[in-house]
Amino acid sequence: MWLAGAVLGLSAIAAHAADPASENTPLQPDTMAARLTACTACHGAQGRSGPDGYYPRIAGKPAEYLYHQLVHFREGQRRYEPMRVLLETLSDDYLREIAQWFSDQHPPYVPARSARVDANALEHGRLLTLQGDAARGIPACAACHGAALTGVKPAIPGVLGLPHDYIASQFGAWRGGMRKATAPDCMAEVARKLTPEDVSAVAAWLSIQPVPNDGLPAETLSLPQECGSQTHASGAR
Amino acid sequence: MLKRIFLSLIVVLVAVAGTVAWLGYREDPGLPADPALAALDGKQQIEQGRYLASVGNCMGCHTVPGGKPYAGGRELVTAFGNLYGPNLTPDADTGLGKWSPDDFWRALHNGKGPDGRLLYPAFPYPSYRHVSRNDADALFAYLKSLEPVRQENRPHQLAFPYDQRVLLAGWRALYFRPLDGRAEAVNKPDSPQWLRGRYLVEGLAHCAECHTPRNRLGALRTDASLSGAMIGGQGWYAPPLTGDLVTGLGKWSPQDVYDLLKTGVSARSSAAGPMAEAVHQGFQHLADADLRAMVDYLKSLPPAGTDALAIGPPASTGLMEAGGKIYTQQCAQCHQANGEGRAPAWPPLRDNVSVVAASPVNTIRMVLSGGFAPATAGNPRPHGMPPFGHTLNDQDVAAVVSYVRNSWGNQAGAATSLDVRTARESGR
Repeated sequence: MWLAGAVLGLSAIAAHAADPASENTPLQPDTMAARLTACTACHGAQGRSGPDGYYPRIAGKPAEYLYHQLVHFREGQRRYEPMRVLLETLSDDYLREIAQWFSDQHPPYVPARSARVDANALEHGRLLTLQGDAARGIPACAACHGAALTGVKPAIPGVLGLPHDYIASQFGAWRGGMRKATAPDCMAEVARKLTPEDVSAVAAWLSIQPVPNDGLPAETLSLPQECGSQTHASGAR
Repeated sequence: MLKRIFLSLIVVLVAVAGTVAWLGYREDPGLPADPALAALDGKQQIEQGRYLASVGNCMGCHTVPGGKPYAGGRELVTAFGNLYGPNLTPDADTGLGKWSPDDFWRALHNGKGPDGRLLYPAFPYPSYRHVSRNDADALFAYLKSLEPVRQENRPHQLAFPYDQRVLLAGWRALYFRPLDGRAEAVNKPDSPQWLRGRYLVEGLAHCAECHTPRNRLGALRTDASLSGAMIGGQGWYAPPLTGDLVTGLGKWSPQDVYDLLKTGVSARSSAAGPMAEAVHQGFQHLADADLRAMVDYLKSLPPAGTDALAIGPPASTGLMEAGGKIYTQQCAQCHQANGEGRAPAWPPLRDNVSVVAASPVNTIRMVLSGGFAPATAGNPRPHGMPPFGHTLNDQDVAAVVSYVRNSWGNQAGAATSLDVRTARESGR
C-alpha cells in the first residue's frame, strides 16, 4: 500500500517535471509565464481554458486574432471591464508579444463536457455549423473558421474546444454591439441573423466536438465574404 | 424704521454679492513671456509643447482610449458627477480653432474660457495656474499644430446644484486665489533644481489633484498638501508624497522615486490604478533633468503626520489565521512568505505605502481586479498581478488583506467585508 502510494507519488513528480509550465512549478521572474499570471489565473495555465466553464482557451489561437482582441478590449470595441482594467496601461508591442506567446502554447485540450440540448437541437447546430442556411443568408461556420473549425491564419480563431456559455455569450455580445471587429464586421452580420435557438444549438454542438489536429489553424482559406479582421490583419484595428 | 432696515439689508446684500463676484471673477494677468525663452522658433516651440503635454498627461482627460488624440470626450468620474474633457484640436467650431494664446493662458492661469465663463476645476487650473506663460504658449502652439478634428464636446453630467456654473464664482471666492506672478518671481529659493521640481510638481504634473485631500466642496486643502487622499469618485487612494516614514516617501531613496516615475516599478512599490496611467502616458516621458528635479523636490517635503493615522484596529487572530492560509496558497509564491517580494517583478508588501495606508482600498482593489504595472520604455514587459475577485469571496479578501496589512511589521489594521463590498461596487 505504501509502496503503491510512493510509486504514484513518483509518477506524479515525473509528470510534473515533464511539463515545465505546469501550474505547480515555482514561477521564475522575467519569464512570460510569470509575467502573465494575470491572464492564466482565469484562462488556465498556458491559456488552456478556465476551470469554471466560461473563460475561453486562448492557447494556440492565431496570434493576430489574439492581438486584435487585446487591443479591442483595451479600447472598448470589445467591452469587458475586467480585461480593460488589466490592459489599460500596456503597449501595442507588449500586447503583440503576449498574443504571440499564447499563440505558441499548445497544451492538451480539456475534455469537452456533455451536451445540454436534445438530439434535434444538436442536429440543427451541426447543420448550421457545417452547411449554414442559404435561405436565411447564413454562411456555414466552416466557410470562414476552416473546414476543421480550428481557425485560419492570421486572424480567424478556431471555434472548437470552447465552453458552451462562452460561445453563446459571444453571439449575444455581437448582437448587442458589446463586441465589434474591424469593418466589415462579418461576424456581427451573421450573429444578427441567428435566433436564440440557433445560438443555443450551435454553441451546444461546437462545445462537445473533439478537436482535430491539435487545434492548429489552417494556413489559408478564401472567405465567402469580406471580413475586416482578416483583410486588414497585421497592425489593423 | 422698517424701511431703513430693509434698505440696509439691500445694501449689505449688494455688497456681499459684489464682493463674491469680485473675488470669484478676479484674474491675474501674469508675467509677460520671458523674451530669452520666447526666442524658440516655431518648430522648437511645438516640440516643447508636445513634451509638456505628455508630462501633464493632457490626453488622460482629452482623449478617449483608441480615439483621435486630443479630440476630447474622455469621462472623468468625480464625487459631483461626470465631466467630459473637451476637444483641444484646432477645429474652428468644436475645438480651440478660434482661441488666441491669450485665451489659452487665461484658461490655464485663471480658469476662465475666452468668453469669461468660469471653468469647472475638474480642469485642474488650481494647479495649472503655476504654469509659466512660456510653457502655456508652447502647449498652445503644439495643440494648434495638431490635425483639427470635428467632434462636438459632450456636455457634463453634474448633479444639482453643481450643474449651475455661476455658483463657481462663490467657490472661487472661497478657494481660488489667482497666482500673483510678480510675487512668485521675487520669492525664489536658492536651488534651481528644487525650484524646477516644485514648478513641475505643483503645476503641469498636477500631483496635488490626487495626492492632496479635498474639503467637502472639492477644494484642495492647502493645509494638508500632498499628504495623501482618496481620489473622489474613483475608489483609489493616492498615498502621501510627504516625508512620513511609514505611509509616505520617508524611507524611499531618491532612486526609488525616480524608478517609479520613470519605469512604473521600484524596489518599494509598483504603480497601479490611476498612477499606472500617469506613468504610462506621462511621467515616463520626462526628461532626465526634469525627473531628477521632481524627485529632489518631493524628497524635500517634511512629514505631514500621516503615520499616526494609519495604525488601525488590530485584526483578530481568526482573521489573521484565515488570511495567512490564503496568503500561503495564493500570494507567497510571488510576494514571498516574508512579504519581501522580488522587486521589480513582484513588489514587496512589507512597508509598501499602498499596503500600510490608512485606507485598505488599494490593496483590496489589487486583490479583486489584479493589474499590470504600466508598460514603459524602462520596463516594457511588466509583470501582472492576477485578479482574485471571482475566486475569493468578500470575507476571504478581507482576511488576506488584513493579513498583509498586519504582518512583517506592518500594523495598518484590519479590513472588513464591507470594505471589500464597497470596493467591488466602486470598481464597476
